[in-house]
Amino acid sequence: MPHQYPALTTEQKKELQEIAERITAPGKGILAADESTGSMGKRLNPIGVENTEENRRLYRQLLFTADERMDACIGGVIFFHESLYQNTDDGTNFSQLIKDRGIVVGIKVDKGVVPLAGTDGETTTQGLDGLAERCAQYKKDGADFAKWRSVLKISDNTPSELAIMENANVLARYASICQQNGIVPIVEPEILPDGDHDLKRCQYITEKVLSAVYKALSDHHVYLEGTLLKPNMVTPGHSCPQKYTNEEIAMATVTALRRTVPPAVTGVTFLSGGQSEEEASINLNAINTCPLGKPWALTFSYGRALQASALNAWRGERDNEKAAAEEFLKRAEVNGLAAQGKYESTGDSGAAGQSLYVANHAY
Amino acid sequence: MTHQFPALSSGQKRELQEIALRIVTPGKGILAADESVGSMAKRLNQIGVENTEENRRQYRQILFSADDRINSCIGGVIFFHETLYQHADDGTPFVKMIKDRGITVGIKVDKGVVPLAGTNGESTTQGLDGLSERCAQYKKDGANFAKWRCVFKISETTPSKLSIEENANVLARYSSICQQHGIVPIVEPEILSDGDHDLRRCQYVTEKVLAALYKAMSDHHVYLEGTLLKPNMATPGHSCPTKYSAEEVAMATVTALRRTVPPAVTGVTFLSGGQSEEEASVHLNAINNCSLVKPWTLTFSYGRALQVSALKTWRGHKENESAATEQFIKRAEVNGLACQGKYTGGGDSESDQIYVANHAY
Repeated sequence: MPHQYPALTTEQKKELQEIAERITAPGKGILAADESTGSMGKRLNPIGVENTEENRRLYRQLLFTADERMDACIGGVIFFHESLYQNTDDGTNFSQLIKDRGIVVGIKVDKGVVPLAGTDGETTTQGLDGLAERCAQYKKDGADFAKWRSVLKISDNTPSELAIMENANVLARYASICQQNGIVPIVEPEILPDGDHDLKRCQYITEKVLSAVYKALSDHHVYLEGTLLKPNMVTPGHSCPQKYTNEEIAMATVTALRRTVPPAVTGVTFLSGGQSEEEASINLNAINTCPLGKPWALTFSYGRALQASALNAWRGERDNEKAAAEEFLKRAEVNGLAAQGKYESTGDSGAAGQSLYVANHAY
Repeated sequence: MTHQFPALSSGQKRELQEIALRIVTPGKGILAADESVGSMAKRLNQIGVENTEENRRQYRQILFSADDRINSCIGGVIFFHETLYQHADDGTPFVKMIKDRGITVGIKVDKGVVPLAGTNGESTTQGLDGLSERCAQYKKDGANFAKWRCVFKISETTPSKLSIEENANVLARYSSICQQHGIVPIVEPEILSDGDHDLRRCQYVTEKVLAALYKAMSDHHVYLEGTLLKPNMATPGHSCPTKYSAEEVAMATVTALRRTVPPAVTGVTFLSGGQSEEEASVHLNAINNCSLVKPWTLTFSYGRALQVSALKTWRGHKENESAATEQFIKRAEVNGLACQGKYTGGGDSESDQIYVANHAY
């Protein structure tokens, strides 16, 4: 404690901070395309598409080959391991393709949740074994940032102190290892929206969780300027009878962040959870127009909320690829505006308005 | 952890936040006039004045009778217990004098440092016993904020984990109790400037101490918007051979704060430590001009750095009172500019080092 043994050189810190800033440049956010094989099954199933490696490749291809409108609003793409090594029809590596467009390549590195014995169904996340070597390889293969997701759930008994402490610790270990290899860690402590708790409860728990996360990051000597945070917005539970406005959600979210996230953190890239595409955009916009002081970038790292309409439009048909890409670009542009507080919702939703909530979302 | 049992009502939170905002209104800072009897001895000794209750009263009167010029640069005054119940020559209570000018009254509530057994000369701070009742009484007697000082020292083996955790915890307990009584807690985790460590080392230790502090504050359910932080600036140790510019000190200080202090904290009111009056102003100015984003107010809570010239001018003589008050007003105005990044100065003033080795009060 009394002496510093610097974890990073000045150059390493500079590189990390620059990567983080590039990803969250004004008007830009992240496309989370890192669904595991199992998760992709859940996406392809509802649209009647078989979950094969080829179909997964075709699907990611239509996203990654979207036209230049993507470049202005997508700062980074999170890959799943398999996709990092797949190619387009004409043989171009996906990672190279994204990088050449000036978009930063990221990689999901955790290995899923595992149970915490002696708790009420709580989990931690595994994936630390050999992480240093994996990071070094991913860096060579084009990745400049990574993502690791921990999961917490609100109930009468949860999240417990152990769940909070253990997940905060594993996130900090992961972050430390990434930075040693020139990889910006996105830290994702997701608190699920499952339950009937109200907005205040979610805000309270979010504050406790984030406070523990940043203490752990400090203890592990993580360079905050070279990290990003991927939190849940503060929302009521999905079965909460009370309704709240976007402004209330924004105020609760920004307040929770102001009480816990040091200004040195370069950017906050929200997860969309079970929110519909439109909801996720409107809430992000409200967050950016919230009148409280917000010293970090506040943008998106959306999976489902960027892809639901695209998936529906595609339905596995090559003829639908262009239309599907169009749906994706539409959401990307909307969120690019929302990340600047410039999105004026016209109220049309369709697929965009359908809730994407899946009970007990574990992936 | 799973359920919230709100510590404060909305009305209570609002009152606390408003008090904090009022103290750190842009252009304003705090006069720390809370020297204990023992500390006053050290001050008066140096100017050849006997440390009597009457002399202490006369001295504080010099400060408190400053004219309206201080109304725009002093947002709060920290009192010592004795002073809170003293009066001016004409019988006006000091508290009333201060309050009537729109300045917030504060009170030092800790009871000094005590040793932590098994450490290398480290300490914690006592004062929690009956603190609740004392706060209630102070609130009735006109105080709206309080101050509690913990002390850390940098050496080969310190600060230790115990010292950091224990002091963070006691600061959080104190804060929690204050807020229950409508009193804004100023939290002071001072890392002494004793030693030959460089700027980097002080910055590192400051980051560790503040990270622990804000975790403790969260654990104790303290309402951050209704608190103020009184930290040291990040500076090299007093015997460090390397010299640093004001901009380097500012950058190290602001970086440390950015890595640890949540934006919800209403204001940061720096202590001056052993810095000279001018040094403290120049550093504060550089801090406010630092190019990094600074979401909290950054101002002063100075004791010695506001009073040294006044003390030297006074030397206990009634006929010097006016001139002494003038010295105080001068420093107050300079710091009022510095906390807005508008001080263009250097000038004649008390620039001798005010550093006292192993400062313990």
